[in-house]
Amino acid sequence: MLRVRVIPCLLLRNGGLVKTVKFGAATYVGDPINAVRIFNEKEVDELVFLDIGASPERGPNFSLLADIASEAFMPFAYGGGIASIDHVKRLFGLGVEKVVMNTAAWSNASLISQAAALAGSSSVVVSIDVRVNWRGKYTVHVQGGKTDTMRDPVEYALNMQQIGAGEILLNAIHKDGTMEGYDLELVRRVAAAVTIPVVAVGGAGRLAHFRDAVANGASAVAAGSFFVFHGKHKAVLITYPSYAELEQVLGSSED
Amino acid sequence: MIGLIDYGVANLGSMRNMLRRMGVENDLVGTPEALLKVDKLILPGIGAYDYGVEQLADRGLIDALKRRVVEDRVPILGVCLGMQLLGLQSAEGVRQGLGLIDARCERFQPDSAARLRVPHMGWNHLESVPQSPILNGIDASARFYFVHSYHVVCSNPGDVLATVNYGIRFTAMIQRGHIYGAQFHPEKSHRFGMRILQNFAGL
Repeated sequence: MLRVRVIPCLLLRNGGLVKTVKFGAATYVGDPINAVRIFNEKEVDELVFLDIGASPERGPNFSLLADIASEAFMPFAYGGGIASIDHVKRLFGLGVEKVVMNTAAWSNASLISQAAALAGSSSVVVSIDVRVNWRGKYTVHVQGGKTDTMRDPVEYALNMQQIGAGEILLNAIHKDGTMEGYDLELVRRVAAAVTIPVVAVGGAGRLAHFRDAVANGASAVAAGSFFVFHGKHKAVLITYPSYAELEQVLGSSED
Repeated sequence: MIGLIDYGVANLGSMRNMLRRMGVENDLVGTPEALLKVDKLILPGIGAYDYGVEQLADRGLIDALKRRVVEDRVPILGVCLGMQLLGLQSAEGVRQGLGLIDARCERFQPDSAARLRVPHMGWNHLESVPQSPILNGIDASARFYFVHSYHVVCSNPGDVLATVNYGIRFTAMIQRGHIYGAQFHPEKSHRFGMRILQNFAGL
């Protein structure tokens, strides 16, 4: 049976790896190619790269992605600056397995359908960034968290599923980089509504957090800080739990 | 030389990257003539069944492939959609597959009680590892990356090489003589998948 996927979600900016806190302050954490090599050795389940510096005008950094793809012997998803079906085609051609779309899913929803028609829904991930306000209301944000669409994440996720998304990468902006645990309420609501896999991201700091997300309906878990920082003082160190450790904590999806 | 069938569908980049890493000579083949220049074939594939069939047909590859595999006995490995296309047809579409294996594809049914979502996406183990040249060096600890919504059902149980469990038991690998298929992605399954590709390259 399937064990839950445990996915390092790495942020690119200007060709380097960074890690943010609540989508703000970014710390440089190293070279992406080096990171992929380390994650290869550690036999990670999957990798997600999100280029937070990419823009629709410039598009993805294809030469960097070609280098990453040639070193990635695990499934590899990419998001950032994807604005056209030609971008999507080029990414698949390089060896990217899944395209991740966030702002484009909101501003140009037909791109989701086109990408799904091209490569199948399972290759199309919609990333949904959610922020909770002081009243406890969740709304979907786009453009790196800068624009509040005022849309409800459950309704939004259902809409994305309907138009062709095969997976939802569900991020809680208010948890990003905090390492204090996922927003489980958000995970529960969205995962209960859709039939496609929901990947929880934002807030993981301990293995137990992964288990919490799964208990609330996540099909897979992703994290940034957890895999790149080590210890109280957050020294940069790329780590990934052993297969046995993950089996023990997460078991199979039937548990 | 392994020919990677280039029919405008597959994510060829991943497979090329892996073969390059392994130091296995390979070339993209997208015409009937090119099929004659290689002595092994890999049929990769992602996306919809009918689109895959149409793309093969548009390039005149259907009969050419069948001839190479059936008459010239060139080993072939179908991967993911590529394995499904080796069969007769799929519930996903209406077009006829290559028919090299007597098999059809059925869709997984989402099972909310068991929290089984569709697609089946992630790492899974073979239920048992039989003797086969393509499985040399593979044991029960090996895991493979799957991502698919349809699965292959063989009419002849002898064509099923290995199974996995996802709520139901289904076919993970097929083999009929020199015709092989893997529902999972060996090119994205770390050293486990690399071993399978090495085995195929060494046939």
